[in-house]
Amino acid sequence: MRGEREHVQVGDSRSMVVVESLTRTQIVMYAGASGDYNPLHTDEVYAVQVAGYPSVFAHGMLSMGATARLLTDWFGDEELVSYGVRFVNQVWPGDTLTASATVAAIRVEGDARYADLTVNTVNQDGKPVVSGTATARLGS
Amino acid sequence: MTIERFPVEATHILMFSRAVGDPNPAYGGATGAVERPADAVAVAPPTFVVAGAQFDPDNPLRPRLGEPWFGSGREPSGAAREGGGMLHAEQHFEYHAPLRAGMELTAARRDGQSWEKQSKRGGLLRFSEAITEYRDAQSGALIVTARMVGVKTERPVAQEERA
Repeated sequence: MRGEREHVQVGDSRSMVVVESLTRTQIVMYAGASGDYNPLHTDEVYAVQVAGYPSVFAHGMLSMGATARLLTDWFGDEELVSYGVRFVNQVWPGDTLTASATVAAIRVEGDARYADLTVNTVNQDGKPVVSGTATARLGS
Repeated sequence: MTIERFPVEATHILMFSRAVGDPNPAYGGATGAVERPADAVAVAPPTFVVAGAQFDPDNPLRPRLGEPWFGSGREPSGAAREGGGMLHAEQHFEYHAPLRAGMELTAARRDGQSWEKQSKRGGLLRFSEAITEYRDAQSGALIVTARMVGVKTERPVAQEERA
């Protein structure tokens, strides 16, 4: 999958499953690694009884971080110039997330080429959870 | 928020990459067939800088010894929160230079714009923006700029209306 970025064209698209049946344990791992210990994400008692949600739900940043895998697998490490998303729906335990990215434009600036991408991640029902854009360096 | 010292460490990168489910050997996991040289320096995943929260002395989302915590213990909540929680609406990163294990960052956050929007299910939504600059602690060079948009809702809400 790596090393093909020189041949990237407008309209090229890739997708991959980045989270499979999300576990509460993975959410706990993300809390521990990121330092975001908001109990909405890891404390079912608090999330349900105090905050009024049906269960805990994933940090948006877990979904954004999982989605980034598609971009770095495709374009390589340290080639992203920008990456931004909106969190459009919550991600719940048991959800399976599929990320996809499509090349919307290829730009030349100076002696460098860049691919502008649309990025979308959906859950198992096809409902969008993360929606955004990224730009990757393509080399000269 | 100011973080005076955010050491970017290989173990932290490995734990973070596992938490987002990315087995890329560049993050030090080397769980698959692709082995990296033992002396290879782990690179940071694209969203790693948010883990600088670990080094924020005032991180409000980390329990502190001797202080009430709003999550559950004996009771469903240990402390009332002021004004309800903030949900994450958007996150944007600009990458100015590579980030690798062994580097040390500083982070300085400033408030951006704020705005309001009425939502049928969430009530009044209050959006606010914060921009954080992550710089190399030695050279002062800008490494990553992060822009976060948070939203406060009047009541719990599924997020589809927030766009």
